[in-house]
Amino acid sequence: MHEQDFFQNALVYLLAAVISVPIAKRLGFGSVLGYLLAGIIIGPFIMGYIGHEGEDVMHFAEFGVVMMLFLIGLELKPNLLWGMRRSIFGLGGLQLLLTALVIGAVAVALGQSIGAGIAIGLTLGLSSTAIVLQTLAEKGLMKQASGRASFSVLLLQDIAVVPILALIPLLAGSSQGHNSSTEVQYIAGIEITGWVQVALMLTVITGIVVVGLYLVKYFFRIIARTGLREIFTAAALLLVISTAALMELVGLSPALGAFLSGVVMANNEYRHELEADIEPFKGLLLGLFFISVGASINFGLLGSSPGTILSLLAALIGIKFVVLFILGRVFGIRGGQNTMFAFSLAQGGEFAFVLVAFSADNGVLGPDTSAILFLVVALSMAVTPLLLLLNDKIIMPLVFKSENTREEDTIEEEETPLIIAGFGRFGVVLGRFLIANGMSATILDNNPENIDVLRKFGFKVYYGDASRADLLASAGADKAKVLIVTVDDPQKSLKIVDQARRNYPHLKILVRAVNMKHSYELLDRKVDAFERDMLESSLLLGIEALTHLGYKRYQAHRLAHTFRKHARKVLFELHQHHQDDEKLYLSETKRHTMELEEIFRAEKEDSGHHLDSSWDVSSRREEASELNLSAREESS
Amino acid sequence: MVPKNKIVLQVFHPVLHKSRVNRVLLEAVEGLEGVSIRYLYDLYPDYQIDVTAEQEVLLQHDIIVWQHPLYWYSSPSLLKEWLDLVLEHGFAYGKSGRALEGKSVLSAISSGGSRDTYGSEKGLKFSIRDLLAPFEQTVCLCRMNYLPPFVTHGTHMLRADQIAHAAEDYVRIIEGLRDGSFSEDDIMKQKYINDIKS
Repeated sequence: MHEQDFFQNALVYLLAAVISVPIAKRLGFGSVLGYLLAGIIIGPFIMGYIGHEGEDVMHFAEFGVVMMLFLIGLELKPNLLWGMRRSIFGLGGLQLLLTALVIGAVAVALGQSIGAGIAIGLTLGLSSTAIVLQTLAEKGLMKQASGRASFSVLLLQDIAVVPILALIPLLAGSSQGHNSSTEVQYIAGIEITGWVQVALMLTVITGIVVVGLYLVKYFFRIIARTGLREIFTAAALLLVISTAALMELVGLSPALGAFLSGVVMANNEYRHELEADIEPFKGLLLGLFFISVGASINFGLLGSSPGTILSLLAALIGIKFVVLFILGRVFGIRGGQNTMFAFSLAQGGEFAFVLVAFSADNGVLGPDTSAILFLVVALSMAVTPLLLLLNDKIIMPLVFKSENTREEDTIEEEETPLIIAGFGRFGVVLGRFLIANGMSATILDNNPENIDVLRKFGFKVYYGDASRADLLASAGADKAKVLIVTVDDPQKSLKIVDQARRNYPHLKILVRAVNMKHSYELLDRKVDAFERDMLESSLLLGIEALTHLGYKRYQAHRLAHTFRKHARKVLFELHQHHQDDEKLYLSETKRHTMELEEIFRAEKEDSGHHLDSSWDVSSRREEASELNLSAREESS
Repeated sequence: MVPKNKIVLQVFHPVLHKSRVNRVLLEAVEGLEGVSIRYLYDLYPDYQIDVTAEQEVLLQHDIIVWQHPLYWYSSPSLLKEWLDLVLEHGFAYGKSGRALEGKSVLSAISSGGSRDTYGSEKGLKFSIRDLLAPFEQTVCLCRMNYLPPFVTHGTHMLRADQIAHAAEDYVRIIEGLRDGSFSEDDIMKQKYINDIKS
């Protein structure tokens, strides 16, 4: 690549990413779809900024997957991994076998040879580690049932790539006559066969484990002592790259090797430093990878036979979804988590590109079939974020709504005096406190994931948007005494307050206030009580800070009280003021800075009554010394 | 008729929901004209007393009642905190502290022990008046008038009708003080204000 080309390419890629990813994020699509769209736009079929070198870029960018698995390994301590063995080999193994079987059968039915059918089945059985893990991490699902199950399946697929690569050359026999030369491998120019290779693999794996567990920390200690950050970064990259290279050399998956070395270093003292160093590279490379996938979608082929391609795409996703969904059920993944699990893995993976190319080289697949497979896999990857969006916005609410209508009856029977709308971080503490004191509460939350987890722990949580009048009704708002609104979106919070006020005037309404403006709006609506979130915990930490800076703890505590009281007063004053000249404020951000200014000014002007003046004896001491003085004057 | 004296009942009771006597007394005086009731433990659950607000309350009333159960021969701790902080030097006492001059203070207390155990040979060493000396002295230093206390004795043993009787007495005393219907001499010669005849 010429230098000029390099800069131009970098410019195009970076520009596309910087423009499209924030837009996609803003629209709620997640970064993966943003990158894919960027790739499609700059690709050969729309703007044509990148052509066939896109495929080289893709191979390069696949290294992002290696880094991602290294990072995931770092998060996963060996005992955790051991605890997942059932879902890795059981769920993961069955997924690959069943999917391969069904897809293979369909391929044969469509006229492929048996060998080609097996190759296609196994190839398409794999899913995209990059897309799935990136999306799950972005949604914060990695620690949940669907996230863990997805990860197990992907891990097994990564392991399975090795035997599949070994198998494909053998399949050539059944379609195009025997070709034994592919069984021989060359390492560093030396011919290697069968058992020697297995022994080499074992040696390398043992080496990675031993080095990772015992030696790496000394290495990093030396590097860290240099105090040069970029050398540490270089060493971190070196570690990942050398592991990957070594694995590739002996014919194992580099991603698997990186994962393994991550796991053995999960207890390492330099773990967080390594994470911080690798993370940006991983992010950029993955982004690049998604862009190149987008760019590689062959719209020409799609345009020439859209019917065939689209029905193949639908069949691929359909088959994978059904197999995953059934297995998810069997392995105990419930409700919305299971649809999430099945949708997230229902695409073809980046390994499919490698395997399709490899199969074509070995004569297992014809060029036309390869091109179609390549396109279908790329399309399925591009569609995945859309499917997950569909799951999030339409299917999950439906699943939970049907569960909810069933349970609404029990809500009405119980007639709890308390309704809590919103059960996130704020609501949970509040709810725990009230429930611990024997209150029964009906809890409404519209985050399906929250509900899933909280239900597991025995909370009575129901899915629903509390700003809807009918939901408040079915939660028993006519019989309840108190409604607590803890949702963190001010608009939604106010909507709930208004609904409740209009339909249930008897209800006491207590609200979590998110910011100043929200507080004003709550004051306007005269809710029964509201509290600024964050205020208390910030003040408590402030007390700690003063204590560590030499104040007496009780003094710090009293000062915080004065501040708290004062903050309240300032709020009321500013509220008055804002009602007067609401129109002066142009935009939200400007309003925010102006508010901050006002608060600080008001705070400077008036520090409030000195609470502790009675404990301050100086005025009495003065008076006493005055008396003393006059007494002495008299006596002299 | 405009009441002669404005009275404020400052109630210091941390567990009013478990109270047998004080609650009934309060229910009886609730809503009397010219009598306001303030529950200090509810106003300052965190002991962060609003000194300015409390001083303002004192200025607006003529007779201040400290109503509380007797805990370890003294008041619940919030009243002590209240005294410490609200009766400021320069406000309540000291050379320029004359804001409360001429007002009266009444302690309305309840006690588990009977009247004759206090200050007797066999029972407790000190009488109720002895034990209330710190309050009396505080009131005197603030140039106020400390009235003989209203005491409900033997609270653990009282039957409902006896409590009701105590409540009637309380209403009678509070109304009498409000309307100025007792002579000052008559009041001050009583050991307990309960004993005064109408």
